[in-house]
Amino acid sequence: MISYIAKRLVYILIAMWLIITATFFLMRLAPGNPFASERALPPAIQESLNAQYGLDNPWYVQYKDYLINSAKGDFGTSMKYKYRETNDMIAESFPVSMTLGLEAMFIAVAFGVLIGTIAALFHNKWPDYLMTILAVLGISIPSFVMATILQYYLALQLNLFPIAGWKGFAYSILPAVALASTPMAFIAKLTRSSMLEETNSEYVKMAKAKGISKPVIVFKHALRNALLPVVTYLAPLTAGVVTGSFVIEKIFSIPGLGKHFVTSITNRDYTVIMGTTVFYAVILLLAVLIVDILYSFIDPRIQLRGGKSND
Amino acid sequence: MKKLGTLLLLLVSGIVLAACNFGGGGDSDTTEDGEAMKELNVSITSDPPAFHPALATDTTSGAILASAFEGLTRLDAKGEPTEGMAEKVEVSEDGKTYTYTLRDAKWSNGDPVIAQDFEFAWKWALDPENAADYAYQLYYIVGAEEYNNGEGSADDVGVKVIDEKTLEVTLVNPTPFFDELTAFYTYFPVNSKLAEENPDWYKDPSGEDFVGNGPFNLDEFASADHITLSKNDNYWDKDNVALDKVNISMIESEATALKEYQAGNLDYLGAPFNSIDLNALDGFKEDGTLNVSDQAGTYMIVFNTKDEILGNKNIREALTIAIDRQGLIDNVTKGEQKPGSGLVPLTMTGFEEPADYFKSNDIEAAKAALEKGLTELGLDSPADLKIKLSYNTSEAHAAIMQFVQQGWSKNLGIDVSLDNSEWQVYLEQLDAGEYQAGRYGWVGDFNDPINFLEIYKRDGGNNQTGWTNEEYTNLLNQVATETDEAARTQYMKDAEEILMSEFPISPIYFYTNLSVKQDSVKNMEADPMGNVQLKYVDVEE
Repeated sequence: MISYIAKRLVYILIAMWLIITATFFLMRLAPGNPFASERALPPAIQESLNAQYGLDNPWYVQYKDYLINSAKGDFGTSMKYKYRETNDMIAESFPVSMTLGLEAMFIAVAFGVLIGTIAALFHNKWPDYLMTILAVLGISIPSFVMATILQYYLALQLNLFPIAGWKGFAYSILPAVALASTPMAFIAKLTRSSMLEETNSEYVKMAKAKGISKPVIVFKHALRNALLPVVTYLAPLTAGVVTGSFVIEKIFSIPGLGKHFVTSITNRDYTVIMGTTVFYAVILLLAVLIVDILYSFIDPRIQLRGGKSND
Repeated sequence: MKKLGTLLLLLVSGIVLAACNFGGGGDSDTTEDGEAMKELNVSITSDPPAFHPALATDTTSGAILASAFEGLTRLDAKGEPTEGMAEKVEVSEDGKTYTYTLRDAKWSNGDPVIAQDFEFAWKWALDPENAADYAYQLYYIVGAEEYNNGEGSADDVGVKVIDEKTLEVTLVNPTPFFDELTAFYTYFPVNSKLAEENPDWYKDPSGEDFVGNGPFNLDEFASADHITLSKNDNYWDKDNVALDKVNISMIESEATALKEYQAGNLDYLGAPFNSIDLNALDGFKEDGTLNVSDQAGTYMIVFNTKDEILGNKNIREALTIAIDRQGLIDNVTKGEQKPGSGLVPLTMTGFEEPADYFKSNDIEAAKAALEKGLTELGLDSPADLKIKLSYNTSEAHAAIMQFVQQGWSKNLGIDVSLDNSEWQVYLEQLDAGEYQAGRYGWVGDFNDPINFLEIYKRDGGNNQTGWTNEEYTNLLNQVATETDEAARTQYMKDAEEILMSEFPISPIYFYTNLSVKQDSVKNMEADPMGNVQLKYVDVEE
């Protein structure tokens, strides 16, 4: 297992190098300039700006500097917000995005699995149909529509929640629900179908024949196997929740990282683009690794090996 | 199962831990002497791009800076210059030398405001090393442009400290609007003692070294979340500052800001403190709460006169006439803007009456001009005319450009295509002259027509049309040296007439300030430059 993780870490490094390289060149190929301004700048100032950020060097020097700085984790000062360090921006805003993301993932997984299990247990009865309708709604309503609806009715009209901002737990409920609605519905569908498959499998019939009680069969045997696809889905879900929070953060004016990730690109804020991209890449690559490790915990049939499989 | 439980437990504890990361805290609502606090709640869309007066270029930063700092003069609520740091101003007879006597004012840390603070701040802004975008605002001072371009030296800049309380400024030309300029943020002083010790003082706006001399102190800055201002007890005119505290939250989405306003959590909506969602304008108009005032800004289409087709004056004239400006304002922009009649907005002295350089939406005249242009270009039918209309990506601009496109193709029968690109890309396109017709907007930094006319004085810089005219340039040179106000205005009017007879630009509308405020808020309105000064605002119960 340790050699497996070591090997994966090497792959992660290679992937990081590819991502940094691709970002660097795409960024330079894209038209536009971070210092283009509505009021024309004297050439002396333009030059001095370029020199400050090393943009006057040939591309290979800039590329080398980027690689070294990325390795050191030092991304420099933002080109748009000249008083802000990219690292500070990430350090301040990521915990907020993570709180929101974890809360949304908790809602999505807990309620998704619950809904899916209930639907499977009452297969083709009214709870099943009700759950299916909810799931279809959840999947088909985009999160930003959900966010606006929740904000308008629950916050503005009924005054149950604050409208926007980030000043306490109450402020995070609506955005987390809005962010969770689609993945929750998806998890519910996944759980339902794999639960149905498991309840028809031989080992469950065997357990029934042995007279084991229904809750024990469902929770101890069937659900555990049925959750495998859900765990697989966790990695892309992390990606989606962490990076996809941009729109939700905007609607609820939450000071999260998603905003920097998107606006830095329109601002051509090179240092922030690089910083957020590298940071997200690390998070996502690690998330995938963790999910792979989780597999072995949940399903003992899967073993992690460093070398070739010899099954 | 056990492992699954552990997993869930981990997730839950993770959330609980992470939940400790909520900002905010309790607020008290009374001052020390037990009176009710006067608090104002407003919002801005994002972090101000600059906290250093010399590095600021936008109205959001400007609004914060004008609260935390004060120049030699300050604008009143109507946009007219009034007293600021200078107690007395003496202007020499030729209008070129200003001698300021500073009042006994203090920085928020108790240091006295001295003449050196101004000299330091202005030279810092002009130092090319510091790359201040707005350094050109100081070019009216002798030697400033040369120093900023790297040709002169700091010692040759016409700012002289006579003693701690006396500052002498020498200008290149008599500048009738210099009192307005000294109220502008590029001219704000900086505490030179602190800035020399800590050149990065502005990088931590809520830090100890961020001191101002304005009506408010910047207490808190939480990126993308909020800014808190509180009354500055060291401010010389503190008796005329009503507000004790200003809470500025950052709300990027206009729709969200609108809901916060409707819920009573925000006291004011309108630039620079966020703006009113376009969809809500009709509602505010109906219940009579919408405040509209003229702004010194012109929304226009610029033509690339170096282009094969748009190099033709008659084509440009036809395109300019064939825009239904009133229709656009009534149906698309809806902000009660005034139809654009020239380059200089109607807020400027001498330009209050809309000029009649062309008759908007006179299709017959437009067709006649088009016909002439086509003949000159050797084209047979309008359908052979292909024009690309460029703009920077935004819903509002897209709607306006589509309206213009439809007018041109329906009324003139020409083939118009739309082309949008991101702001940073669009600016480069204009600069490189890689466009035919493009959207452009200009909002004045001070209320003088020269602010607008100057753009087209020479090629390059902010003039992306490629259009120049010797007579026009000469007139503007005369404006620069003329001391008689009436004659100066006349030169500027003549210059605008020359510009508008050749149509390098097509004015669309003059901007308006739109705002709504809660009933309790008093004296809060935007001046013609779109500034809202918190110094004068009051909140009544």
